[in-house]
Amino acid sequence: MVKFNIEGLNIWFGQIHSIKELRMEIYANEILSVIGPANSGKTTFLRMLNRLNELEMNFSMKGKVEFDGQGIFTFDTEVLRKKIGMVFALPLPLPLSIFGNVAYGARMHGVRQKKKLEDIVEKALQEAYLWDEVKDRLGASAFKLSGGQQQRLCIARTLAVEPEVILFDEPCSGLDPISTAKVEEAMRKLKQHYSLVLVTNNVKQAARVGDRTAFFLSGELVEIDKTEKIFTMPSDTRTDEYIRGKFG
Amino acid sequence: MRKFKEYIIEKLILASGLASIFFVIVIFLFLLKEGLAVFKIVTPANFLFGKNWYPISEPPQLGIFPLILGSLLVTLGAAIISVPIGIACAVYIAEVAPVRTKEILKASIELLAAIPSVVLGFIGMVTLVPWVKSIFKLPTGLTALSGSIMLAFMAMPTIVSIAEDALYSVPRSHKEGALALGATHWQTIYRVLLPAASSGILAAVMLGIGRVIGETMAVMMITGNAALMPHSFLQPVRTLTATIAAEMGEAVVGSEHYFALFAIGIVLFVISFAINITADLFLHRKR
Repeated sequence: MVKFNIEGLNIWFGQIHSIKELRMEIYANEILSVIGPANSGKTTFLRMLNRLNELEMNFSMKGKVEFDGQGIFTFDTEVLRKKIGMVFALPLPLPLSIFGNVAYGARMHGVRQKKKLEDIVEKALQEAYLWDEVKDRLGASAFKLSGGQQQRLCIARTLAVEPEVILFDEPCSGLDPISTAKVEEAMRKLKQHYSLVLVTNNVKQAARVGDRTAFFLSGELVEIDKTEKIFTMPSDTRTDEYIRGKFG
Repeated sequence: MRKFKEYIIEKLILASGLASIFFVIVIFLFLLKEGLAVFKIVTPANFLFGKNWYPISEPPQLGIFPLILGSLLVTLGAAIISVPIGIACAVYIAEVAPVRTKEILKASIELLAAIPSVVLGFIGMVTLVPWVKSIFKLPTGLTALSGSIMLAFMAMPTIVSIAEDALYSVPRSHKEGALALGATHWQTIYRVLLPAASSGILAAVMLGIGRVIGETMAVMMITGNAALMPHSFLQPVRTLTATIAAEMGEAVVGSEHYFALFAIGIVLFVISFAINITADLFLHRKR
């Protein structure tokens, strides 16, 4: 099933042409990894999907982006962003308790009953692989958690809003290998119920978790294919050079 | 030679730094020396909570409670008016306004800060005072309310510019995080930006209030200056600052009256010191 359908997408920030003639599809229940060097447009691409780019003053675009067969600009931004969650590079807990952080989105969308909130929080923490580590101290400040735990808390917070797609913007760039492994494990589990788009600077991570991998270079989509294919016999020499570490 | 130059410059800077501390201490000691003398005549409790201020009757009655209440009443009124408007204005400038409007607003708020208080005072006297008088059908428009409204204008620039700075310095990622969870613009402002900037906003409020409580000229011109126990906003009141300004010229040096005015100075000093310390605590709590 196609979740996102993108055709002829061009994005500019002022004079800078960040995304050039992009055409791609994102499927349900897959992990799509997006790799590429700095300034390749991969983060811009990600922020296009939940319309965060519009916050920039000099943003302009052309082309078609459809979510579930419907243009993303026909949605209200709040509705769209509720369906398309995002996890940022730096874990960003709010100055609240662990429980408060996870319940935050649900409360904002109008859930009031205590029992229901508790259920949502438990489910989200379970899915983010954090429940066992924090179930005894849900009232503690979120800042007491380690970096990796904070990042999984942010994933849980995103899950609690019950999105359909989750965007990850270099979610492990600030984490140690063990925390990274736990986040990746959570992602693989999440795939069963959600579509995941993972932007990463870590080529090995893309190889580990992605079902498909897209390689961006200077705003162009060079290649998108099954991850095994990209990492064993890419059809473009630039892809080959990047994943083998010749540049980037 | 270069080392020597360095040495001289370092010492000069040190001396300037010490000078400011030195002056503060000297001023404070002078205030204490002159002010504390009043407590030979009247006990601190009677001074602070006495209800009658007749400094030149015989014997003088030196109770500054009506003056303290006058200051607090005017300050409270000014805070009630200026804090909500000031914070709303800061939110508008920092978050909602388009770039051009933002520039114009910021410039005009700076202009408001630049109006001398005596000018605000006489504008208030000829416009606001008759207006208050006719609306509330009072014998005089020189009331605590008029003073509060006028002082609200003076506190506003401080509150707006510091609160706006605080909102502006909330990391962008906080805002994006909230929006990415599907929050509306208002929910983001109300639930993320305002709490994140709360320490700065509180400091802004405290500094605004500090400005109001220390203000003299405008309140002297439009609050009516009656040293009576105030019962409502629609009565003339007299503030601590206005009392000193109005009476210092005619007090005989070395008299009880003279010492009492210095003691009022100590009270004011303590109040604004407390306010500044609180503001400082808020400012440094989260940064």
